[in-house]
Formats: sequence, structure tokens, C-alpha cells
Amino acid sequence: MANFFLENKDLQLQLDHPLMKKIVALKERNFADKDKYDYAPVDHEDAIDNYKKVLEIVGEICGDVIAPNADGVDKEGPRVVDDHVVYASGTAENHRMLTEAGVYGISLPRKWGGLNFPVVPYVMSCELISRADAGFGNIWGLQDCAETLHEFASDQINDEYLPRVCQGQTCAMDLTEPDAGSDLQAVMLKATWDEAKGTWLLNGVKRFITNGDGHISLVLARTEEGTTDARGLSLFVYDRKHMAVKVRRIEHKMGIIGSPTCELVFTDAPAQLVGDTKMGLIRYVMALMNSARLGIGAQSTGISEAAYREALKYARERRQFGKPIIEFTPVYEMLSNMEAKVLASRAMLYETARFVDVYKAYYHISKERKLEKEERDEMKEYNKLADAYTPLLKLFASEYCNQVTYDAIQIHGGSGYMKDYPVERLARDARITNIYEGTSQLQVVAAIKGVTTGVYLSQMNKYESESYNGDLTPLHETLKQMKSQYETAVGFVEERSADNSAFIDFHARRLVEMAGNIILGYLMLQQADRNGCSCSSCVDYHAAANIYIKAGAAKNSGHFAYINNLTAEDIAQFKID
Amino acid sequence: MNQLKIVVLAKQVPDTRNVGKDAMKEDGTVNRAALPAIFNPEDLNALEQALSLKDRYGATVTVLTMGPARAADVIRDAMYRGADGGILLTDRKFAGSDTLATSYALSCAIKKAGADIIIAGRQAIDGDTAQVGPQVAEKLGLPQVTYTEQIESVDGDKITIRRHIEGGIERVTTTYPVVVTVGSSAPACRPRNAKCVMRYKHAKTISEVQSLEEDYYPSLRKERDYLNIPEWGVADVDAEDASLGLSGSPTKVKKIENIVFQAKEAKKLSGSDDDIDALMKELISAHAIG
Repeated sequence: MANFFLENKDLQLQLDHPLMKKIVALKERNFADKDKYDYAPVDHEDAIDNYKKVLEIVGEICGDVIAPNADGVDKEGPRVVDDHVVYASGTAENHRMLTEAGVYGISLPRKWGGLNFPVVPYVMSCELISRADAGFGNIWGLQDCAETLHEFASDQINDEYLPRVCQGQTCAMDLTEPDAGSDLQAVMLKATWDEAKGTWLLNGVKRFITNGDGHISLVLARTEEGTTDARGLSLFVYDRKHMAVKVRRIEHKMGIIGSPTCELVFTDAPAQLVGDTKMGLIRYVMALMNSARLGIGAQSTGISEAAYREALKYARERRQFGKPIIEFTPVYEMLSNMEAKVLASRAMLYETARFVDVYKAYYHISKERKLEKEERDEMKEYNKLADAYTPLLKLFASEYCNQVTYDAIQIHGGSGYMKDYPVERLARDARITNIYEGTSQLQVVAAIKGVTTGVYLSQMNKYESESYNGDLTPLHETLKQMKSQYETAVGFVEERSADNSAFIDFHARRLVEMAGNIILGYLMLQQADRNGCSCSSCVDYHAAANIYIKAGAAKNSGHFAYINNLTAEDIAQFKID
Repeated sequence: MNQLKIVVLAKQVPDTRNVGKDAMKEDGTVNRAALPAIFNPEDLNALEQALSLKDRYGATVTVLTMGPARAADVIRDAMYRGADGGILLTDRKFAGSDTLATSYALSCAIKKAGADIIIAGRQAIDGDTAQVGPQVAEKLGLPQVTYTEQIESVDGDKITIRRHIEGGIERVTTTYPVVVTVGSSAPACRPRNAKCVMRYKHAKTISEVQSLEEDYYPSLRKERDYLNIPEWGVADVDAEDASLGLSGSPTKVKKIENIVFQAKEAKKLSGSDDDIDALMKELISAHAIG
């Protein structure tokens, strides 16, 4: 039987990254827990070994249970019975197995029953599970809600809810409403303080809520009567035991069918306030969305991995014209590009996760003691990097996921269009990744700040100044040229947009993509530098970096030419009245 | 009721379910080096029964396995799934034991460990004899319930067990101590548990500790006694040498033949008289029937 963790060397290598040393030390506070909990690690190697052993459990459940269940779940789907959700039978089994394995609450502190793992191994579990069943990945990934409680809720709320998450109770984040999708400032679900009952009561409707009937829901609601913007919104935690929320319907979706997407009706639903009023959207949901976007990065990478493996297997087995189709140039070209995209997505995913790890660890330490100035500066720096990398990751990983699953069907030919092979489901599952938790277009809106503030450029400079093995010099040179071309493009657009802001809006995606191709290219270069092994069981990082960077250089040149050639009049022609 | 003491009999076996070309040696014996060593599948079903009793009534679950040093893997695996500990029965004098000598050795160890309920897998996938469980019961003079699907309840000194029998089920109530053997129709074993894995991953037998190039965590094993997996030899369980190993094993292997199936596994027949006639003739000529 397949173990999704053990058979993925590229994923395992991420645990050997140099920054893990710092992350583990911060997360484990110099291994203080070892005297209190006999399952806490005693040193760095012990901690990394713990992550590997637990991910091995997750990888085994993925290979033996979740992946084999995925087709049945896709066909059966969840249903509504008496205003509540009943999971597909495979979904219920997946959830039971992971609960028995004691892996829920993987990132929560031990005092609430969690495993206290950093973000990196948690994100790995998300990727593994998404490869097995992307829809189930959502139910698993909604543990992010518990992280949000851990960050912002009172001890009293955390004592009540977090142990339950560690015991396998599921979460939901109730943000979207019929008239508040991308624009969450328009949320209208009403929260009123009931003096007699001594509680907040929620009334209204939420739509498109993933796992909407979960045990613990974070609900964005309007506390300030008469307001219409973000400043009137607060965050609440609702406990399913009150039975005051009805599931009106489950959406009929194209993909991720196992994940129930619910329309919810709140009727005097008692709820507890998280943190302070009016900070709901501005602070807490923004943090939650960033975690969720990292999660979609993991989900996208997992789906891409699954699709690439299916395509590779099929191309080796399928014979036409007297030989396996993998021997034909257009087929192996597609496969090698797919592999490069999977590896680049993963490199970006864990680079981002490491940034998140460092600043979150400092944030939690800052609640226990005052940080030294050096630590504060470091926290700010990593927070900035995480904020800049998250939208870039979400954009690239989700778009690649769509491209990789598209090509995976192509390699299967007519068979790939049939329901007989998993690639058809994978392509349907992939389609949501560049839509939800902020569309690609909205990721560009967030990521363009990384272009205009120079965060991406300074990262490029940092990567550029590192030294690489001699045989990588030509690729290093290519990336240097790409950077100078990027700088020219950014300067050009900024100059033009001084008196015409449509200019930068119009080219934002191209500039962000140019930055991404360079940053992801450098991450590929770093991996090639660190892992030189060219044996047949290892990934050939050198070849993958070469394939990826050369394709990136060509795309950037295309963008560059387009940006250069387009006049203000050209852009005006796109506008539709 | 005192806390139940459950002993689970488990065996490390070569994984014969996915055999390749080199699974057998020239002389017809199993090539253990070519096959991964795994927890005998039905012993996992047995372990689940024990853990389920522990969940419901509280119990200590001890895994007993006989084998070489590496069989400690089976004990750790069981601890990862919720067992409290294990005993490795290991001694050169056990080598070459058939089912009778094995049962004798196990029964001596059980006498020493003490047990209310002894649960074993129905059979191991290497020998497929299904003899060890029942023989242990006979040696200990205990009742035995075989082909168990579910231990339904323990009440006072009574234990109620559902058996899988041909064409249905049978519910048996008996007293304990008792030996129970569990088949593969029983519920699958629960997965390894994250905290148990982290808690017990440093558990080792003394031989394992001695064979380490460097013992990284000696202080842990000193502070946490459950990290020391006991090893019992012949002298520890008061067994008689004559009943062990080759001298205690009446089974003599006359000849082992390596059979390689030549034909494809499946053949499609139409159901016509001609096809049935041809099939009958083929089976008779192959001495499959008649």
C-alpha cells in the first residue's frame, strides 16, 4: 500500500531546510515541555523525527484509506437530513481514522491536547491529504479556525474549544453571504447583545460555507448597528450544540464534492465574542484568510502532485505506435513541465510556511514575555515576508494546479475525459483553487504591493547574492537578467501610471507573474544547489530548475514585450461600457 | 472487578501477500530477506479486540511475541496503537520451534506474566497453521473460543463472544481466563496514534540498546521505565529445554516443493455445453478433480 509521505522525497527534504532549526527552537521554547509531556521532543533531531513519524501515519492513512475512498465520496457526496449535514460514508471514515490517529490539533499547544507542531509539518499534512482527496482536505484544513482562536480568543474560550478540536471536532469559517463574497465588508448577519440571556445572538443567512455544520464555527457578524463597512464587523464563535443554525441546502458543485458547501440560517444563535468588537474583519479574518490561502497553496500542490503521478503512470503504461507514449516528445515535454510546476509550487509553499512559522512563533512568545528588540524586528520582517509571499503562492500554486490537471487529462487522451480515471475528478477539484479564498485576480491586488514596495525585489537581491555551485552559474545568470528586465518593466509601468492609474491595474498581473517566475526560479535554484544527487530515485533538481527557469525567462520576455508595446490608447480599448 | 489483564499474542511475519519472484529460495524455504517483516495481519485484528476492551472496561494490554531481536518492532507497533507494553520472548534455544514448541514457550511466558484474557490472531500468514492459539489454550488448560469476530462484553467472570461460523454467527458465553482467536472478519485495527508514537518511539529491548552505536537517550530510558521492553529467555519463563526448539518439535519437513502457477489467473467461459465439457476435461487431466 502507498504511503504518501514516505514515497515523496521532495516533500521530506523540506524538513531538512536550514531555517527549520530556528523554527523548531522557537516553537519548542528550547524543549521546555519535555519534562511535562512524555511525548514532547527532547532536542531538534527528536522533534524532526516526531514530525516525520506523525506524517508517516498521515501518509499511510492517505494511501490506504482517504485516496481509495475519494472516488466513492465524489459520487456519493454529503446530504442534508433534518437541517443538518450527513457526510458521505467515505468522508466519515476518513475523519474517524484521522481522529483515532490523534492528529487533529496538530499545531495546537500541548496544554490543550495538541501536538505543538510548527506550520511546516501541518501544511505538509494538508498537502498529503489534498493529494488523496482535495475535498476532504478542506475539512482537515479548517483547523485553521482553531489557530485563529489560539491567536486571538480569550483563555476561557480556548479552554472550552481547543481541546475539542484536538479530539476531532471539526470547524467552519462562516464569512460569505449572498451579497458579500469577495467584498466581505458588506456582511450583514446581525449580532445583538441579549442582556436577559447574557449572550450575543446571531441572526441572518450565510452562503457557500464549507463544512457549515461543523461543531465549531467562527462567524463574521455585524455588531454595530447602522454601519455598512468593515469597522462594524466582529468575530464570534458558535457551538453546534445549540442547534440554532439550520442547513438550508448543500450546493451542487463541480468538484470537491465531499466537502459540504452549505447555506446556513441563523435564528437567535447564541455565540461568544472573539477578541474585541469591530476587529472581526480588519484583524482576525485577515489573519484567518492568510492561513486559509496558505492552505489552498497546500491543497493546490497536493492536487498537482496527484495529477502528475497519474499522468506519469499512464504515459508509461499506454502504448501507441508500438511504444509507450512517454517516449513521444510532446508527451514527455508536457510531463517534465508538469513536474517542474509541482516542484516549484512546493518550494514556494514551504518557503512561505517557514516565514509564517517564524513570525507566529514570535507572536505567541510575545504573549508570554516581552520580546527583545532584535526578536521584534525579526518578527516584523518575517511577517512582512509571509504577507508578501502568501498571495504569490496562492496565485502560482492554484494556477499551476489548473494547468497540471489540464495537461494530465491531455496525456490520458480520450480516456482522461471519461469518469474511469481519477484525472477527471482532479481537474474538477482543481478548478476551485484559483477562485475561493480570494480569486487569482484578488491575489494580484494583494501581491502588487510586493512589487511596488520593493519587497519582492529585495528578496531577489538576497537570493542573487547567495553563492551557488559552479554548474548552476548559467541559470544564476539567467535569473539575474530576468531581474533586471523585471526592474525595467516595473519602472516603466510606474512611470506611465503616474498620470494614468489604469496602467498599473492593467499590467499588475503581468508584473506579479514576472516577480513570481524569478522568485520561484530562485527557490528551484536553491534546491538544485542543496540537492545534487542524480541517482534515479531522487528528483533531478538540476534539470527541473533548468526547465523551470528557462520557461519562466521566456514568459517574462513575453510579458515584457507586451508591457512595452501597449500604449494608453491600447489599454483604453479594452474597457467595456 | 480488578483491572483486566490482557495478553495479545503477536508474530512478526514475512509479508507473503505481495510476493515477487525471489520470495522462495532454491531449497523451497521462504526467503525472509526479500520480504518485508510485518505485524501478522490477524494479530492486528486480535490487538484491536484487546484495545476495544481496554476502551470499554479499562485493562492493561501486553503484547507477547516470540522471535529474534528485530521482532521488538511488533511490540513497538502495538504500543503505537495503544498497547501498554510488551514482552519479547527470545532465546537461541527457541530457534527451530514448530507450533507445538512455540505454544509451549508462549504458555510458559503467559503463566509468568499472568492473564485474564489471551487473544491471538487465528493464524499467521507464513505458516497458516492456525494451531498456536488453540495449543496455548490446551497447554494452559483454558477454554478457547476460535474464529472470533467481536468480544461483545465482559461481565463479572463471564465473557461473551461472537464467532464467525459458516453461514452465520454464534454467540458464546464462557468464563475467563480464556484464549480467544480472532479472524480477519473482525474489525480492522485502529491506526497508530500520534502521541503514542512520540511517547514510545524510544522504547527498546536491552539487546537493541546494546547494538546501538551510540545511545542518544539513555536518561529517558532510565526515567521512563516503559521505554524498556523486557526480554525473556528460557530461564526467565521456567521452560524445559527438551520441549523447545528442534528437540521439542515433532513436525518434520519431508520435502518442500516450489509451485509456480503457469496459467493465467482468470479464464472467461461462455457457459455453453462445449465450454463446460472442455473445462471438465481440462480439470480432470490436470488432476484438479476426479
